[in-house]
Amino acid sequence: MSVDIFLWLVQDGITNGAIYALLALALLLVFSVTRVIFVPQGEFISFAALSLALLQNGQTPGLIFLLMGGGLLAFAMEAWTAYRQGDWRNWPVSVLLYLVWPMGMAGLVMWLAPTKPGLWSQVGLVLGMVVCLGPILYRTAYQPLAKASVLVLFIASMAVHYILTGLGLVFFGGEGLRSEPLSDARFQWGVLNISAQSLLVIAASVLAMLILWLFFDRSLYGKALRATAINRLGARLVGIRTELAGMISFTLAALLGALSGLLIAPITTIYYDTGFLFGLKGFVGAILGGMASYPLAVVGALVLGLLEAGASFAASQFKESLVFSIIIPPLIWLSLRSRHVEQEEEEES
Amino acid sequence: MNPRLAVIGFVLALLVAPWVLSPFHIELMNYIGLGTLIALGLVLLTGVAGVMSFGQQVFAGVAAYTTAVLCSQWQISPWLGLVVGLILVAVLALFLGSITLRLSGHYLPISTIAWGLSIYFLFGNLDFLGKHTGLSDLPALSLWEWRLDTGVKLYGLIWLFTLAALVAAVNLLDSRLGRAIRALRFRAVMAESCGVNTAQLKSLVFVYAALLAGLSGWLYAHFLRFVSPGAFAVHAGIEYLFMAVIGGAGQVWGAVVGASVLTVLKEWLKDVVPAALGISGNFEIVVFGVLMMVLLHRAPTGLAPILARIFLQPTPRQITQPRHALTRREQPQPGGKLLQVRGVRKEFGGLVAVQDVDFNLCAGDILGLIGPNGAGKSTTFNLITGVAPLTRGEIQFCGHALSHLNSRDIAKLGMARTFQHVNLVGNMSVLDNVALGAHLRGSSGSVRAMLRTDRDEEASLLQEAMQQIERVGLRAQAHHLAGSLPLGKQRLVEIARALAADPVLLLLDEPAAGLRHAEKQDLSRLLRQLRDDHLSILLVEHDMEFVMGLVDRLVVMDFGEKIAEGTPADIQTNPLVIEAYLGTGTEDSA
Repeated sequence: MSVDIFLWLVQDGITNGAIYALLALALLLVFSVTRVIFVPQGEFISFAALSLALLQNGQTPGLIFLLMGGGLLAFAMEAWTAYRQGDWRNWPVSVLLYLVWPMGMAGLVMWLAPTKPGLWSQVGLVLGMVVCLGPILYRTAYQPLAKASVLVLFIASMAVHYILTGLGLVFFGGEGLRSEPLSDARFQWGVLNISAQSLLVIAASVLAMLILWLFFDRSLYGKALRATAINRLGARLVGIRTELAGMISFTLAALLGALSGLLIAPITTIYYDTGFLFGLKGFVGAILGGMASYPLAVVGALVLGLLEAGASFAASQFKESLVFSIIIPPLIWLSLRSRHVEQEEEEES
Repeated sequence: MNPRLAVIGFVLALLVAPWVLSPFHIELMNYIGLGTLIALGLVLLTGVAGVMSFGQQVFAGVAAYTTAVLCSQWQISPWLGLVVGLILVAVLALFLGSITLRLSGHYLPISTIAWGLSIYFLFGNLDFLGKHTGLSDLPALSLWEWRLDTGVKLYGLIWLFTLAALVAAVNLLDSRLGRAIRALRFRAVMAESCGVNTAQLKSLVFVYAALLAGLSGWLYAHFLRFVSPGAFAVHAGIEYLFMAVIGGAGQVWGAVVGASVLTVLKEWLKDVVPAALGISGNFEIVVFGVLMMVLLHRAPTGLAPILARIFLQPTPRQITQPRHALTRREQPQPGGKLLQVRGVRKEFGGLVAVQDVDFNLCAGDILGLIGPNGAGKSTTFNLITGVAPLTRGEIQFCGHALSHLNSRDIAKLGMARTFQHVNLVGNMSVLDNVALGAHLRGSSGSVRAMLRTDRDEEASLLQEAMQQIERVGLRAQAHHLAGSLPLGKQRLVEIARALAADPVLLLLDEPAAGLRHAEKQDLSRLLRQLRDDHLSILLVEHDMEFVMGLVDRLVVMDFGEKIAEGTPADIQTNPLVIEAYLGTGTEDSA
């Protein structure tokens, strides 16, 4: 392996690792706040990447039908609950989240898509569409199951994954798409040939992490989320609404997913079902980091990206096997360290 | 309908099926049987023992590929392929189990997906496994001279295995080990205190579930006569979990229900959706997902419990008279040193929760350990029972040092405990909960349980449990679910469970906490009766009035230190104790 190949692999690894890190953060966040193992996280990536590619071709992504349908369903569910409980205080929020946002977004996309808007407008439209899915998914699929076991929540995740992948095939077709790079500049720095796209990925990831850190460390909602993650019952007792915490974490997850999708779209060809593997690699990264802390998860994800880049060069056939086997050593280490008797917490109904 | 009748009806229907159904439907039944085997493993592993796995298809795949390679490349009998395949599966399961089963919540499901993917890609990339095209032309199974070379012929064998596995699972859950397995999910700490090796038991269930999956994979390979990686992809593993959850993850028969619903639904969607929408290939999976979602929202505990509620009447449980009662432990001579606590200290970081506490408990005595909230009583209790390790000091019980023993070993020495926060398996009867206390007094394992050769011992255990239930006055509730009783009665169940262990020393952790007045009186009466039976008891309590007429001696703790020791009369007049409980005037005003 020559030096420039090595450096190229490192660059590739870090770029992918940064994306996995964003996913790892989203998955950790959703799991710790809602106990949902959020498999459909990957779909946000595919949806965002493919929507961006379609917008660049001047086509209208079918995703808007999901927004409208899902929004209406969520709104109906919300109205039904409000009617039964006689509590209409959340009315404005529901109208905004499930009617105004999705419908408005759909209208905007239908209007703007054929005009081939500029790059940043495309990015804005994609973010607006995909992030909107977060609250809708939470409201329709997960909130009714808030008290169910982790197992049932996972099965629900799989059902959502099936629905979204199926719809993804309908909306985007079976062929892969790759969008134009946000920038195609390259920098020559010694033997290093760095693409601006890679720099953008890294910069955006670092920025997203910084904003997340500020959100969790400084804002009231961030602290409420952290409290819910540490102790759900305790958080409820001090007045943090479980639904609100869930809603916020899903919205953030959708945002991180959409961002990853936008960043990865010009680098690799994305298919309607690519997201699943991406999401899982995010989880593997999180496990590599011991699932203990967010910074460690980021380190784990970077290691994973580098390992994947190395494996694709040295043993490309076994790349995926190697990537998913890498969790075995940390698992052994954690197993040896764990001494206490493990039991699940029974959810009070 | 009587449950027994329902099972007979099911078996009859299976027997009649080949004469009624078309070959196509029989093959569908074969798929249901194969799915049931794997889902059944998941019912035990995930639904009952609480260990989530999406990796079962890996075990099916390993067994299928083993027999495929052995049969097609070395012309070895498929039956030998089964044996070799199951051995490989067991070894793999032991390894994967050993590195994941001790980890908490989220690691396990994710790591099962990860190893599932890892092995799937391995199947698809190894030359000798035929890469992505797989291996074809496997031989048909044969029983002596009879070749099972069609789906209809194989139907009998598949369902024979499936029925046997179902019956074995029902038997296993209704046994000494079964009770312990049912405690694993939410009550592992309690099970350990009854002497159950929960880590070992989890790995047993894990290996068993893996073997069932392996069996299914082997049958699958010789049913299709062809193996390829596609059948063992991650989505297959997730589908098996779907089956278990939709059927009812805690129910053995839920495996059949779930496998049937899922298999038939998918087959039906393949025809119906394209016909209804006029497009093919895309929407089945969406409709499938939506239907699953609706099922989960409507029936989060699965279909089997709902079906059981509609069609089955619960039948009262029969307890057979045992041939011999359980042997009792020899109790120590009254007055001898039973428990010696020497200079015991526990630090949590900089906080000293228990500071160099000493006391002794003599056989036949009731010693009360009292103190206000936060005095370190419960920590002391946890140190004695091996739940938390000592920082310093020494605890001797019947001449054994306890400092390096875990709660399981301490239970073996004859110490039985109750929990301050009631620790019962809520969906198990009072009788089963109490019988779990007698776990160490039986010895039969999983194989004997499945084959039903453990009935003598089981009858003895249940009789012992029944006696202890009567002793605490819960005869009328013996067959009720423990979770349905009020708190006061649950506390009594806790005590009955501890008594069922035939203990040398009984440790009660705040048994009166949260009880109403009448319930406290019932409890007090029971403890007096135990005292008259010369049982040695260590009673941790903060309610001073409750312990006064009951105990022989009292140890009083405050802020982690022992501040007084003596007879109840001495303690009542001890100024330090009064200050600890009531505070002094100056402190109150401060």
